[in-house]
Amino acid sequence: MGVKVSLSVSLGVVLAIVVVALVGGEVSTLQPVFGIFVPYAAFVIFLVGFIYRVVDWGRSPVPYRIPTTCGQQKTLPWIKQNKIENPSSTLGVIGRMILEVFAFRSLFRHTKAEMASGNIVYGASKWIWLGAILFHYSFLIIAVRHLRLFLEPVPFFINGLDLVDGMFQIGAPTLYLTDLLLIGAVSYLLVRRLIVPKMRYISLANDYFPLFLILGIGISGVLMRFFIRVDIVSVKELTMGLATLHPVMPEGIGAIFFVHVALISTLFAYFPFSKLMHAGGVFLSPGRNLANTNRAKMHVNPWEYPVKIHPYEDYEDEFREKMKEAGIPVERE
Amino acid sequence: MAKNPEYYESLNIDYKPPRGNWMDRPVDIKKGIYCYPARPVVLENVGMNDRSDWGKYWVIEDEDWELPDDWKERFLNKMRDMLGKYRTFKIYMDICVRCGACADKCHYFLGSGDPLNMPVMRAELLRSIYRGEFTKTGKMLGSLVGARKLTKNALKQLWYYMFQCSECRRCSVFCPYGIDTAEITIMGREIMNELGMNIAWVQESVSKCIHTGNHLGLQPQAYKECLDAMMYDIEDNVGISFEPTFNRKGAEILFVTPSGDVFADPGIFTLAGYLMLFEHLGLDYTWSTYASEGGDFGYFTANEMAKRMNGKIYAEAKRLGVKWILGGECGHMWRVLNQYMTTWHGPINFLEEPVSPITGTKFENAKAHKMVHIMEFVADLIKHNKLKLDPSRNDHLKVTYHDSCNPARAMGLLEEPRYVIKNVCNNFYEMPENTIREQTYCCGSGSGLNASENMELRLRGGFPRQNALRYVADKYGVNMMACICAIDRAALPPAAQYWNPDVGVTGVTELVANALIMEGEGPRTHNLRGFEIATWEPEP
Ligand code: HEM
Ligand code: SF4
Ligand code: SF4
Repeated sequence: MGVKVSLSVSLGVVLAIVVVALVGGEVSTLQPVFGIFVPYAAFVIFLVGFIYRVVDWGRSPVPYRIPTTCGQQKTLPWIKQNKIENPSSTLGVIGRMILEVFAFRSLFRHTKAEMASGNIVYGASKWIWLGAILFHYSFLIIAVRHLRLFLEPVPFFINGLDLVDGMFQIGAPTLYLTDLLLIGAVSYLLVRRLIVPKMRYISLANDYFPLFLILGIGISGVLMRFFIRVDIVSVKELTMGLATLHPVMPEGIGAIFFVHVALISTLFAYFPFSKLMHAGGVFLSPGRNLANTNRAKMHVNPWEYPVKIHPYEDYEDEFREKMKEAGIPVERE
Repeated sequence: MAKNPEYYESLNIDYKPPRGNWMDRPVDIKKGIYCYPARPVVLENVGMNDRSDWGKYWVIEDEDWELPDDWKERFLNKMRDMLGKYRTFKIYMDICVRCGACADKCHYFLGSGDPLNMPVMRAELLRSIYRGEFTKTGKMLGSLVGARKLTKNALKQLWYYMFQCSECRRCSVFCPYGIDTAEITIMGREIMNELGMNIAWVQESVSKCIHTGNHLGLQPQAYKECLDAMMYDIEDNVGISFEPTFNRKGAEILFVTPSGDVFADPGIFTLAGYLMLFEHLGLDYTWSTYASEGGDFGYFTANEMAKRMNGKIYAEAKRLGVKWILGGECGHMWRVLNQYMTTWHGPINFLEEPVSPITGTKFENAKAHKMVHIMEFVADLIKHNKLKLDPSRNDHLKVTYHDSCNPARAMGLLEEPRYVIKNVCNNFYEMPENTIREQTYCCGSGSGLNASENMELRLRGGFPRQNALRYVADKYGVNMMACICAIDRAALPPAAQYWNPDVGVTGVTELVANALIMEGEGPRTHNLRGFEIATWEPEP
């Protein structure tokens, strides 16, 4: 599919969800569907799907230990090993994985190669790293902040997070830093896909869709907080009902809330079927999560089978005379 | 910049991909880029994945590639099988977010500008088939979610681009999930191998290796003759003569190296280096004519073939009753040794933990595998002052070091060769940091792509490395590029001749041997290549 189709379909689907939720949210008989059934269904799909995918990956063995080594190996004692980028112990692997997962270490290496009068020049290019980090951490913090809706009493660390996130005290209610960062970062990721020719070339609807979805989630959330206020007490009643498995549908929550919930539910349900599974896959990726110790310790492949190796005897049978003539020792004269 | 050959100025590769969707376009297979397909007779010889059951030779220019009737089934069955056998394959098919971090990391993309040479696209060629044939969403939504069916066009495209990847893993260094496009290429090639779709250069080498032991097809007596011829040169230039042994039972060490160095310039000087070094040390070692190929061409076809080829090394070590094995300078040979060999054949109980007979150093990192890299071995010797060296004999050289992709990214052998070079040369200069160590570039001809009919691909793929070389040649006057790979020694010279005509290529052991002061040597007026040593002065 071309860019136009990919874009319009992914944007179209997101908008359709918005419209359906807006309309449905106004109809009181449909509210339990959008407020209770859809979130539950989405959550179950997410949970079952996510576990299924991870278990499915796990079913394929890791026959060979083939990490990409990005530093000096463990070798002679006086040569300094790079224990993180070329780990030889579990601790090293954990270190490497922590850097990958929490700091996007490999993405941080990114440089941009360009052609300038016949030479390749490498420019530092940390924007993608910055965009990805800001997006993921904002997303994480926002998700954690949302736990206040599902927990009673609200744990202290969530209150703490709230305080820090809202420390600029802009406007009332206070504006969260992460809301701005999330929307900003996702917009950057989206614009990048659209204006960088290479990115446009490689992008699929599968890439635009989650970005539109998350953008929609962010925007509907901010709208709800600042512009089209919803009754927060009723919302908490609903979310607590969901969390305690005693769902109730309070009256008078604005339709915008159903838009927000519908988009989030879509993200949850979509998750296991999409590239978003990288969140689980990164931990299982054999390119990074193995120690480079193949020569020190044998790694066992569960499906290894014996193969036919051209036997020395056949070789000698074929070349015996020539070998003897050349003075190369033979087994049988 | 004045020294730059003109074509640098004129080289203007556009990295901007065309508009529109790649999936709809018919594949455009270009002469000079592709390698000739393997002939069935060659395949028959190795008894694997030949086309003998449908018996057809295929010609790239033909519309029809003479596939068997059930080619789709064969392809998909093999793919399903491999998805179940390799977690790498499955995860790498599933989790790419198309962030583009790998896009401009491939030397073939940088040298050609062909957007399907961006690693992410190389993988997408197969991934799209995976989505379309193996996932529910892909089957339902088709090209909307980047899925497509396996068609002849898709197959041709896949073949064309999987043989434009040298499995160098540079892209995987930058991927946030460590997705290794080399692994995807390896899977893709093995799947296509089911349809007898490999290339002549690889399969002929495989066939010769299995048969005679080395990819040159040198029979035992010829192999020995090559080394004997080298002995004359050593006598001429170094003034000593000795006889290496072959297939000798009871030697302490078996030495295995790629056969390319036995035959072709400049690898033969590396070979001379091995011979001199071991003689100087009085090493109790033997060559083998049976296991006379360290390189594993099977690795460019299918896992089983790689294992068959590689198995000869341990088989020979066992037959000869050696204690351990020393491995020479080779790139993918060492990837296979480090990442596969012990798993294939282990546990290796018939050999001993390698210990240097000269220094007593235990190579603990090779405890299970029982093979030591020549650079580890030599670095240890130098550290223990066991070699008398005169680095000034290499003073006519300004040396840079090309990390071969496999030792760098599938092993992490980065410091050992540098330590050795710095001890045997006075003038050493690094290329820019984006082009060395774990970020090193492929020579442009790895993974069986150093045929002659695809020279354009090789020169284009070699360009990023050569461009970095040009930089140090202009800045410091570098005139020699050292490397530890036999394919490099075969591939870098033509690329250098094109892009950097004033720079030569050498193995590290050649530099060592030139600097090595040997017992009983004659006046070292000439180096191994027969050039006069500039700093030589006759004794008064
Ligand atoms: C629930 C969890 C997660 C969600 C919803 C999520 C979502 C996303 C999305 C939508 C993108 C694509 C951005 C684009 O199209 O440009 C992305 C990219 C990425 N994600 Fe995640 N992710 C999650 C977890 C993780 C984790 C645990 C990691 C740890 C390594 C991670 C690392 C990355 C990286 C490195 C990128 C590529 C950079 C980029 O394109 O922005 N993500 N993620
Ligand atoms: S860097 Fe990794 S995730 Fe990003 S496009 Fe390349 S393969 Fe995909
Ligand atoms: S492995 Fe090397 S040749 Fe293959 S796609 Fe990656 S960078 Fe290119």
